[in-house]
Amino acid sequence: MGAQAPRPPWGISSLAILAILIASFSLIPLAYVIYMTATTGWETVIELVIRPRVGELLLNTILLVLLTVPLCLVLGVGGAWLVERTTLRGYRWWALGLAAPLAIHGFVNSYAWASAIPSLAGLSAGTLIATLSYFPLIYIPVAATLGRLDPAIEQLAASLGLGPWAVFFRVVLPQLRIPMAGGALLVSLHLLSEYGAFAMIRFDTFTTAIMVQFQSTFNGAAGNMLASVLVFLCMILLLAEAKARGNARYARVGFGAQGLATRLHLGRYEIPAQCSLLGLTLMAAGVPMYSVTRWLIAGGIEVWEPAKLIPALTQTMGYGLAGASLTCIVAFPMAFLAVRHPNWFSKLLELSNYITSSLPGIVVGLAFVTVSIRLVPGIYQSAYVLLAAYILLFLPRALVNLRSGLAQAPRELEEAARSLGRSPTIAFVKVTLRLTAPAAAGGAALVFLAIVNELTATLLLAPNGTRTLATAFWAKSSEIDYAGAAPYALLMILIAAPMTYLLFQQSKKAAGQ
Amino acid sequence: MLTGLAIIATATLGLTACSTGDKAPAASDAAGITVYNAQHESLTQEWVDAFTKETGIKVTVRNGSDTELSNQIIQEGKASPADVFLTENSPAMAQVENAGLFADIDAATIAQVPTDFRPSTNKWTGIAARSTVLVYDAKKISADQLPKSMLDLAKPEWKGKWAASPTGADFQAIVAALLELKGEEVTMQWLAGMKENFMAYKGNSTAMKAVNAGEVDAALIYHYYYGDQAKTGENSKNVTPYYFKNQDPGAFVSVSGGGVLESSKHSAEAQQFLKFVTGKSGQEVLKSGTSCEYPVGSDIAANEKLVPLKDLQAPSIDPAKLNSAKIVELMTKAGLL
Repeated sequence: MGAQAPRPPWGISSLAILAILIASFSLIPLAYVIYMTATTGWETVIELVIRPRVGELLLNTILLVLLTVPLCLVLGVGGAWLVERTTLRGYRWWALGLAAPLAIHGFVNSYAWASAIPSLAGLSAGTLIATLSYFPLIYIPVAATLGRLDPAIEQLAASLGLGPWAVFFRVVLPQLRIPMAGGALLVSLHLLSEYGAFAMIRFDTFTTAIMVQFQSTFNGAAGNMLASVLVFLCMILLLAEAKARGNARYARVGFGAQGLATRLHLGRYEIPAQCSLLGLTLMAAGVPMYSVTRWLIAGGIEVWEPAKLIPALTQTMGYGLAGASLTCIVAFPMAFLAVRHPNWFSKLLELSNYITSSLPGIVVGLAFVTVSIRLVPGIYQSAYVLLAAYILLFLPRALVNLRSGLAQAPRELEEAARSLGRSPTIAFVKVTLRLTAPAAAGGAALVFLAIVNELTATLLLAPNGTRTLATAFWAKSSEIDYAGAAPYALLMILIAAPMTYLLFQQSKKAAGQ
Repeated sequence: MLTGLAIIATATLGLTACSTGDKAPAASDAAGITVYNAQHESLTQEWVDAFTKETGIKVTVRNGSDTELSNQIIQEGKASPADVFLTENSPAMAQVENAGLFADIDAATIAQVPTDFRPSTNKWTGIAARSTVLVYDAKKISADQLPKSMLDLAKPEWKGKWAASPTGADFQAIVAALLELKGEEVTMQWLAGMKENFMAYKGNSTAMKAVNAGEVDAALIYHYYYGDQAKTGENSKNVTPYYFKNQDPGAFVSVSGGGVLESSKHSAEAQQFLKFVTGKSGQEVLKSGTSCEYPVGSDIAANEKLVPLKDLQAPSIDPAKLNSAKIVELMTKAGLL
């Protein structure tokens, strides 16, 4: 840090303007909430916000974040370290197995656990299901970064007399700050806006209460008030994350190629490690898969109706791929500014994007319904509006990944390419973009997974006649036809699986393995 | 990389637009109608398929829940792409009616539905019905311990013993009926007792699942029990249904509604659709299909698995009077929402 920033290939100002445009676009839902709050009148606001129920929800939501995030960090970092840095048997399989829970819809997880242990209720149940659903959000970026860390630093530390544990805590862990902070932020944002995972248990957060309010009253003041409190919580999280992220530099520039990371021998820890990974995967993926399998058996062959399944599958794929690619493109200017030109301005831009994603899908969906039907009725209920909502809801998934990817792409390499006669644009494309590609693919895969499972905004905004796997699953399960819903649940998992695989391929490529 | 992404994005955008495109402009398509559907998706699909087969009129369905869609229609106002609106409960219909967005129902349709199952205003009609039921765990509650009236559930001896889903349109319709039958004071008292006594679950089926798993003794829901029995049975095998009867508020039969939007550009086809749904073949779907909802029109009897509608001794209520806004206000005041 401190060195004068080199000029980016095309003027920084145009990038900044682009980022501002995107940020102001992402503020539509927030503006909607603020407008609704402002027109309600202070008396009603106070009456609706300061009541025992809100206090209850506030406590639940805060405790959920405080309990779930550390648990996810332990599971995510621990799992990633075992898979990437030890001689664990079958680490290639474990690497995929640990990401698998991301492919499972929160509702399925919720149903499965409510069936397995009917007495599950309250904060402990919420924490259990949320942790099992979301630890991969930390595991994936941490594993990707672990695979790319320069082992020379660790070797140096070891040669200076540090034991393996000390090396891990004093050398490895500090280098994982960006993916850990980013992943923790993603988990917290999801916790703030999660509904499906808590659908089958007796546990309420702000978002479950907001869903209730909007389902009963749509534009009701109470729902918007609760959403405002949620925005406030989100700001606190963002401040915490910015502190945790720090300003250190993580890109490597040195002589020669980066060495391969060494794997630690587990020895007598092999069996406990295998057992804990097995236990974790069984809880996170095995339990929900057991439910789905039971439904599939109950449904038999006749629930597989190709005429209904295939259109739902293609529509889901279409929205998923388009949404994932667009989200990454939109996130790039923001990530670039945040990494290469970090100042209050870029932080503010980033902030505006995170806030929207902490809002539940129903708030974003409603804001888009209200705004699009009044201002641009021509595209109301078109695929464009829905894609725009997806971008806003899932931008942080792309942003967090792109940011840690860009942080590892040294700007000196781009400068070197330019001094060797490449034009600034070519140098940018050939060096920086190329080095960021794995991170972008990772971000896109995460966004794809989120879109495949998205329900609320899809129901509100999709063109008439749209039927995605998630909406079809919802329709069937709300008629208590779980047997009929099973093929959709299975297909959601099946199309998510290759994306999870892609995440790993890309991170391996980046590490040159 | 960005170029690659851009290409994927454009390609898939085109794909998505194509796969949904032929349905999206249905609102301006002279041949088809758009149905905003809050009824069970598979039931409406059966109606739609049979209707299209008989008339050749294409139908595009948008799915959602009662109040989500009623509020969406109100937001859309005159610009609404919807031609027909179908719900599970009456309050959402009354809400759209009060916003002045429904056209009068054709006389031919009205003639098919008895007065008990349609509002006095004839701005919409009943298309099906569902009954309130207390499902209970017979191992924990013996027949003589069962409450005589739904109002008993607010008494101290029922503390912690029953479940409900106060957030759903279903339960709110039950409260609306209570309000209409017994007035605001009794309703508020009952809601206060309920707040003390009941366990909140998200959704009727979740409440039933809890009774089934032995988590709670009873649940006040609709007769979904039969729906689960018809499918996997895994959420209802240990529960027994109990009907309050005697014109009790708890014997309330909720009318699912269908209406034609005033703004519809295809009102003739939309009216034809409602006439079909309430007609013989439309109501026959309720009897023979797996929906386990009660037919209300054209003298079609209920599915044999169900207790006949006339044996339920439901209180008589004008569905147009079920007021959803007032219910939400009262339930919020009682701390249930």
